[in-house]
Amino acid sequence: MFPELNNLLNTTPDRAEQGKLTLLCDAKTDGSFLVHHFLSFYLKANCKVCFVALIQSFSHYNIVGQKLGVNLTMARERGQLVFLEGLKSAVDVFFQPQEKPHPLQFLREANAGNLKPLFEFVREALKPVGSGEAGWTYPVLLVDDLSVLLSLGLGAVAVLDFIHYCRATVCWELKGNVVVLVHDSGDVEDEENDILLNGLSHQSHLILRAEGLATGFCRDVHGQLRILWRRPSQSTSQRDQSLTYQYKIQDRSVSFFAKGMSPAVL
Amino acid sequence: MAAVATCGGDAGSAGSAVATASKSNVTSFQRRGPRASGTNDSGPRLVSITGTRPSVRNGQLLVSTGLPALDQLLGGGLAVGTVLLIEEDKYNIYSSLLFKYFLAEGIVNGHTLLVASANEDPANILQELPAPLLDDNCKKEFDEDVYNRKTPESNIKMKIAWRYQLLPKMEIGPVSSSRFGHYYDASKRIPQELIEASKWHGFFLPEKIPSTLKVEPCSLTHGYIKLLQFIQNIIYEEGFDGSNPQKKQKNILRIGIQNLGSPLWGDDICCTENGDSSHSLTKFLYVLRGLLRTSLSVCIITMPTHLIQNKAVIAHITNLSDIVVGLESFIGSERETNPLYKDYHGLIHIRQIPRLNNLVCDESDVKDLGFKLKRKLFTIELYILGLGVNGDKTFFPTTLQSSCKASLKNARAWLFSQT
Repeated sequence: MFPELNNLLNTTPDRAEQGKLTLLCDAKTDGSFLVHHFLSFYLKANCKVCFVALIQSFSHYNIVGQKLGVNLTMARERGQLVFLEGLKSAVDVFFQPQEKPHPLQFLREANAGNLKPLFEFVREALKPVGSGEAGWTYPVLLVDDLSVLLSLGLGAVAVLDFIHYCRATVCWELKGNVVVLVHDSGDVEDEENDILLNGLSHQSHLILRAEGLATGFCRDVHGQLRILWRRPSQSTSQRDQSLTYQYKIQDRSVSFFAKGMSPAVL
Repeated sequence: MAAVATCGGDAGSAGSAVATASKSNVTSFQRRGPRASGTNDSGPRLVSITGTRPSVRNGQLLVSTGLPALDQLLGGGLAVGTVLLIEEDKYNIYSSLLFKYFLAEGIVNGHTLLVASANEDPANILQELPAPLLDDNCKKEFDEDVYNRKTPESNIKMKIAWRYQLLPKMEIGPVSSSRFGHYYDASKRIPQELIEASKWHGFFLPEKIPSTLKVEPCSLTHGYIKLLQFIQNIIYEEGFDGSNPQKKQKNILRIGIQNLGSPLWGDDICCTENGDSSHSLTKFLYVLRGLLRTSLSVCIITMPTHLIQNKAVIAHITNLSDIVVGLESFIGSERETNPLYKDYHGLIHIRQIPRLNNLVCDESDVKDLGFKLKRKLFTIELYILGLGVNGDKTFFPTTLQSSCKASLKNARAWLFSQT
């Protein structure tokens, strides 16, 4: 986790809020550093984490996690982390016939399927296992990323249904958190992606939006992060709080600064 | 600074699987200094694979794309286990050249090749590969180039901008006897002996028998299913993923797929906007990447993205690939006759570079790159529109091997030569 981002979000692993949906989105840049941040944040907060990693392999997250101070292999061994490696599972489900429904069953289906098997997997992974458990604080579901599901043929409605079920189980029933990443296609007209992004934006409590700079590539400022706190359940008579910072990603951390205050410029 | 721990990388797990199969306790990939590999060390300690080297940044195992200039732009090379997607230029001239460079590099390094195409027989593709430039020949070529480019005044002590004299001299030309990245002569064919000595598998779609895989009919286009089965078969049979107990493979599989997404593969993504098989290609890419991540292989795909009707699909394909390079040739466009572009054959756009095992990636600072097929060599150069000396817009190209400062020095030397 990045200490500077914790300060901006005003949280620490000890006193994070529960029952929240956090939406990460990126436009014209790579927002995966946010996923690494939340993964290490919740592992340090002693939560039970179910990570649906659809876009990269386990060793990638493990190596970056080691730079951020968490050991994913050990977390997986002691049961704190349940890791679904999308790429490896896709090969399994595609080439070998499965008896019982596999979480990525939709890859074998011709029409737009649904994500029920994936939801069953998540529910199974995060359900509290009796009182002899090692005492994890609360469960967390992390998905990287949802746009891959759209590109593999699922409809936006199917993905929204999946998130709805996950929220009902994880956030409301188990008092945990859900963090998802969606790519914003920007000016490319991707209707399904827009539906998904808008739908999730209205449901989430916290939106972190990583954008590339409007002026193009810059070596010292990699992008701009917009943070938006929302209260989706209550009627918003007051405006949602929003902050904008620019950031630069380094080897082991990310530094944030106010707009135009990059150390390279000053 | 070099860590002793096992070399990171997506192929790391495959590497250790291979090692356990080979009855030694050491994994194949250990982080070493950034010298070109190619020698087999004595003893069971470090078994390196020809034509690969670990990346300086994160120890990831890299192979060369066949174009040293492109390797430099991609941060040292192509990581094993990743997909390089080339967005074809309009008439598929330069993208097929890059495809051939990739395969030729595999033959020169002794890697196993898998060539898949729907419109050309793989045996014919292999016959047309460019010949590698041997060390003494290519030294001669570059000496001539340097002579033509060097100006007589470049050795004079600089009077005005004397600081530039202190900059390091730029090195033009390949490092001879480097085992990572070779230069090729595009006007000559590869010697027949080299092809015969190499191990390759061909996949020519019109010749393949119907598949026996029990996948629901419309899930993926037939051609893609056959190709995936073929690739998976080769990877398993030859032991590239370490799961076959009989085979202990310590080599790289180079997969080349030509014109993926074209109608010849049975895909209508280039014909209509919302066809029946609109997600066939993305599913194929996803499963392919899954296969690559768990094996010692690397893949190049050329795709006619300029024909894809639905622009959102291009965004999906970009997200599902690791490295995306776009080629834009000037043939047939108004830029062909534009004097500004007269020294170049086209532009090259590096659209995406992956961040593997890292928060940052080796993105190069230069974004304006032009390429040209210079006599026999394919070069990529920094494309600058410079200040004209007599008020007209002329520009001076610099090679990409230099840093920005050295290129400025070269530019300055050129300017002085004009006065």
